[in-house]
Amino acid sequence: MYKVEVELKNETGLHARPASLFVKEASKFLSDVKIIKDEKKYIAKSIVGILSMGAVKGTKLTIVAEGEDEKEAVEALKALVDTNFGE
Amino acid sequence: MVLKGIGASPGIAIGKVLLKKDPELKIEKRVKDNTEEEIIRLKKAKEKSKKQINELYEHTLNTIGEEEAKIFEAHGMILDDPEFFGQVEEKIKTEKVNVEYALKEVTDIIVKVFENMDNEYMKERAADIKDVSNRVIRILLGVEITDISKLEEEVIIVAEDLTPSDTAQIDKEKVLGFITEIGGKTAHSAIMARTLEIPAVVGVEGITSKVEDGDIVIFDGDEGEVIIRPEEKKLEEYKNKKEKFESFRKRLEELKGAKSVTKDGIEVELVANIGTPKDVDGILRNDAVGVGLYRTEFLYMDRDQLPTEEEQFEAYKEVAERLEGKPVVIRTLDIGGDKELPYLELPKEMNPFLGYRAIRLCLDRTDIFKPQLRALLRASTHGDIKIMFPMISSIEELRQAKAVLEEVKEDLRKENIKFNEEIEVGIMVEIPAVAVLSDQFAKEVDFFSIGTNDLIQYTTAVDRGNRQISHLYNQFHPALLTLVKTVIENGHKAGIWVGMCGEVAGDPKLIPILIGMGLEEFSMSPISILKARWIIKNITQQEMKEMAEKVINLPTAEEVEKFIDDNIKIDYI
Repeated sequence: MYKVEVELKNETGLHARPASLFVKEASKFLSDVKIIKDEKKYIAKSIVGILSMGAVKGTKLTIVAEGEDEKEAVEALKALVDTNFGE
Repeated sequence: MVLKGIGASPGIAIGKVLLKKDPELKIEKRVKDNTEEEIIRLKKAKEKSKKQINELYEHTLNTIGEEEAKIFEAHGMILDDPEFFGQVEEKIKTEKVNVEYALKEVTDIIVKVFENMDNEYMKERAADIKDVSNRVIRILLGVEITDISKLEEEVIIVAEDLTPSDTAQIDKEKVLGFITEIGGKTAHSAIMARTLEIPAVVGVEGITSKVEDGDIVIFDGDEGEVIIRPEEKKLEEYKNKKEKFESFRKRLEELKGAKSVTKDGIEVELVANIGTPKDVDGILRNDAVGVGLYRTEFLYMDRDQLPTEEEQFEAYKEVAERLEGKPVVIRTLDIGGDKELPYLELPKEMNPFLGYRAIRLCLDRTDIFKPQLRALLRASTHGDIKIMFPMISSIEELRQAKAVLEEVKEDLRKENIKFNEEIEVGIMVEIPAVAVLSDQFAKEVDFFSIGTNDLIQYTTAVDRGNRQISHLYNQFHPALLTLVKTVIENGHKAGIWVGMCGEVAGDPKLIPILIGMGLEEFSMSPISILKARWIIKNITQQEMKEMAEKVINLPTAEEVEKFIDDNIKIDYI
């Protein structure tokens, strides 16, 4: 298992375009990827899950992955958040 | 039989009805011991749905455009969603129920969560989730819906409502137009009708139970009138009207690229009102020569917090650049009144239209006002941007607003950030006090733009949203015309230009009068531009000047309108 904590700094948070980019990126990996927000787990490969999380700017999230490419998956998603989804 | 709806997309359609009445999905709860079998059924239905959605994506991409096709990309993602369908499988396994029931239950819960979020974007996603779920359920139940993608003959589609999946399949060659029971001018279906340029009427209550397949109907997408099973005489009348409309539309097309100049050589500017950078497409398509009113409040709406300076800068810059040096009048935030921003948590007022709104709010909340002015100034190097303040009611307010603008300019100079030092600053004239005192105001601004929607409301003390008194709200009111004339004259005396934004600027009956009064800039919705140009090319300013002098002396709105009808004849053929 590999995990890292991130903070959303982009304006829209995990809504609209950033949410679909996040899901698309997570779906590229074989590992089981989850997001933890306020101790609740959400499936990172689910647009419905990510949207219902309601994560806005300033939200702190933990990205956790388990599987053969767990490290790559977490790092790729962290990079997406850190670059503000290209906003 | 004649029914009345809301005209959503102009044009006249005459043809046979295709009633699109989708069968209600009846879902029963059944106990299923063989849960494996149910899950296989779900997988098969999902595969079939996937194929349909991919086809819709391709079809929309090829026939309409990328932006419109994106909705089906989203549908594809929902269909692949592990959380959504994970919950459905879970329900099948634990409760041993049939797949249709499980899917419906899960959909209802998720849709409710999304619909309850205070966010327009999420509400739209709720509609998408429902659309996808219904598709899968229909496949499971073997329910067929009226297929509108492969039509044999020309039809008018009549439906309760049309979903994105429906409008994407519309074949312009076969669909003469459509009529729906629900929806307003801004509903998805209405917007699509205008994009596809087919006539449409929405909000026609009861239409689906009053017509049958094959009935002849006539409808007028401007007036919103629907005639069911017309008599021979009516049919002939509308056939003529339709022919005229189509030949006139062709004539208007030929006016693209032409100047808006009267027969005696007076040229005016026909510009457009926009709300978002996306609306620039309409400006270019209809050949407006600039933006006369950019309503910036849309940048602030449907979100949880204020837009940043950077977001605003990008939007203003995009519009300025796409207009390639043509004028872009940007109105600073006009919020309050009927337009609320929940995240500002403003107290409810007894009289919001007379309350804490627009410039009044901005002068009080410079933390909101300044980032907008900074963004506007920074974008001013990318085109011909002009700044316009709304709801000014006194010279003091104007001076205060200009002082804040100066402060922001000074900050930018200190930071070595470039902006247009000569940027024009004007006001919206929408409060009678300003119109009356326009000689004084003209000395302190670069332009006036008369905002007629509010000017009528404030001059006549009529709430334009109140249906009981809506007959008192009248653009032909002589008091309004007198104020307009005063503003134009005072502007010209001081040597500044005078324009108008608001419905009156695009009113075919009043355009000649405004030309006669010497108005120089007319800002209207993009689709009205070519018709306005046609009117202007068919009149002389000299003659209209005489007409304007006569109407202004009439005592009632009714007489004003009648005088115009009787004396100003313009051929629309």
